Amino acid sequence: MVIKKPETKDIRAELEDYPRERRSLIPILQKVQNEHGYLPRDFMEKVGSYLSILPSKVYSVATFYAQFRFEPLGEHLIKICHGTACHVKGADNVTDTVESELGASMGETTDDGQFTVERVACLGCCSLAPAMMIDDTVYGNLTRDKIRDVLEDFRGEEG
Amino acid sequence: MKENIEIKVGYASCGIAAGAAEIYERLEQEIEENDYPVSLTKVGCVGMCHNEPLIELENPGGTSFTYGNLEEDDAGRILESHIGKNTSYEDKLIPGKADYDYFSSQQKVVLRNSGIIDPEEIEEYLDRDGYAALGEALDQDGSEIIQLIKDSKLRGRGGAGFPTGVKWSFARDAGSDQKYLICNADEGDPGAFMDRSVIEGDPHALLEGMVIAAHAIGADQGYIYCRAEYPLALKRLSIAIEQARSRDFLGNNILDSGFSFDIDVSKGAGAFVCGEETALMKSIEGERGMPSSRPPYPAQEGLFGQPTNINNVETLASVPWIVRNGAEEYREIGTENSGGTKVFALAGKVERGGLVEVPIGTSLEEIIFDIGNGIEGSKDFKAVQLGGPSGGCLPESQLDTPVDYETLTDAGAIMGSGGMIVMDEDDCMVDVAKYFLDFTQEESCGKCTFCRVGTKRMLEILERITSGEGEKKDLEKLRKLAPKIEEHSLCGLGQTAPNPVLTTLRYFEDEYAKHIEEGSCPAGVCRELITYRIKDDCIGCTTCSQECSVDAIDGESGSRHVINQEKCIQCGTCLEVCPVDAVEVV
Repeated sequence: MVIKKPETKDIRAELEDYPRERRSLIPILQKVQNEHGYLPRDFMEKVGSYLSILPSKVYSVATFYAQFRFEPLGEHLIKICHGTACHVKGADNVTDTVESELGASMGETTDDGQFTVERVACLGCCSLAPAMMIDDTVYGNLTRDKIRDVLEDFRGEEG
Repeated sequence: MKENIEIKVGYASCGIAAGAAEIYERLEQEIEENDYPVSLTKVGCVGMCHNEPLIELENPGGTSFTYGNLEEDDAGRILESHIGKNTSYEDKLIPGKADYDYFSSQQKVVLRNSGIIDPEEIEEYLDRDGYAALGEALDQDGSEIIQLIKDSKLRGRGGAGFPTGVKWSFARDAGSDQKYLICNADEGDPGAFMDRSVIEGDPHALLEGMVIAAHAIGADQGYIYCRAEYPLALKRLSIAIEQARSRDFLGNNILDSGFSFDIDVSKGAGAFVCGEETALMKSIEGERGMPSSRPPYPAQEGLFGQPTNINNVETLASVPWIVRNGAEEYREIGTENSGGTKVFALAGKVERGGLVEVPIGTSLEEIIFDIGNGIEGSKDFKAVQLGGPSGGCLPESQLDTPVDYETLTDAGAIMGSGGMIVMDEDDCMVDVAKYFLDFTQEESCGKCTFCRVGTKRMLEILERITSGEGEKKDLEKLRKLAPKIEEHSLCGLGQTAPNPVLTTLRYFEDEYAKHIEEGSCPAGVCRELITYRIKDDCIGCTTCSQECSVDAIDGESGSRHVINQEKCIQCGTCLEVCPVDAVEVV
């Protein structure tokens, strides 16, 4: 894996925009994850101390919400939509294709650290089913060939 | 007469996913390079998702043309035709709003501006009487506005259908100096994208509705709880809030009325249960989003312990229209007990999917067959799923059901938030029930035993049935467990979790029976019950054997291939790639 660990600098300066109240907890965690791709353990402790919340409570809130991750991500995040429309239009086949093309299963990161594959409940682009999202771009009306082309484009960029 | 040609590009999330951003860039580039007299605008969802990406072009003379299913190169060709040759570009011309039967039975109230105005320009909203309702409302007492909303028979569009005016009166009557108004934009049902489209297409309609509601109940702080998965909606909301503040539609002393109200946006963090109001408030407070028992109701003791009113996006976005046009006009659109329109996200195996808005009381058949033009391809209709994981699947015999809260509940489905997924003969109803239960089981917060464990047990039974190990007693067990889960769950998630199973059992019991008694899946979906076979028609092209991910297909080039059933994982790739349809499911 070639994933860079974020430096564990003092993040207090970044937190000062947020009032020291319990309601700031989720927005702060979202900001940390936005910047680092996941929630490093010592960051959670620092957030807790800024808000005077026990680290266990911070962890309890963070684990409740599907958005938060505790492991570093691959360079690109692939979200495969499993909404109802996608389900009836072959989301399972999309999953099969992505998994076999990348050699990584749902929830995993490829060995080269390039892609993390995730299952999401619904991207809300139901008219384009089956769909997936890579980073911020949605790809719709997926077929096996289209998936391969898209993945190939990403690999080409890195190559 | 205007000097410029006006081009509007459908620029909502679905449009962008279909390629609208590339079309927009190409148009921009061509206009700049050639110095064309064209003004280019990004608008929200036009509603015709099946034609995305699409643009609407209006000549200086006022004639308008709609182009759909565009590719990047079409951008230049359309401009050349209109400007160079003064003709339309026939290849991609599609019927526009005025003469497309897709729109003829729709009525736009909530989506009145979506796809017409630039959602990032407040001026365009103001040009269409935006914030005029707010001015009128601020001249009235809160109780008058509540009476108006009661008279309009507007009911909660989040799905439950509680009369909005009554809900507002509870919050108004609560004795406290500090009250909150929350807009629930945590649109979590898979297959639903109405709220996102409303926010992306016309965010000021929501803000205006919120300020009117806040004035009616006496709230001075509002929150919009929106999914983090909706980045474009969040961006347009924050632009709209800034613009509204700068024009005195939000903030201190709104329009010199003495009334103050402001709005913060809270981003959801991916928990479906937070669509439930008590869980949503916990989430805004920075806690785990777990529902709590009611009473106390939010109107008495809600966010931060203060009286709180919570409404859905569509409900609030309807309010300015009602204030401007009157309760009677709104009520006349709908049915006796329920006024106005409902927006549905029509998708699945339907030919013309999209965002449709119809008067309440319109039949399912009209929506699916007149607006949606029926099933795509040459397949037969099987069922329509409404209300996502809390709803149900209705068969052909129920297609004459009018969409209204009571009629849909009687039929076994629910109005729900507006997801409408059409299914054809290739969809297995047991698999669909399992799909939804898998979802609710995963999303259960775990607080109530029956929701946490009961849904798991139901899911296990369905997994048994779809893998050919079902027993006759299983259906009885499902029927027995379902009401227990409904009775012993605190919130809507658990109370409605068994619905997808109960309606499929009610209308498609024979399909369950075939899985159990014959070990077969009539729709050919459940992998463990189907076998793929290569027929005599095989031309030996080797495509399938090359594509098979588990090397289960043997055969020489030019001769008929054979699937090794021991290796086959029933993924269906061979059937999908075969150029001569020589693969069959049995």
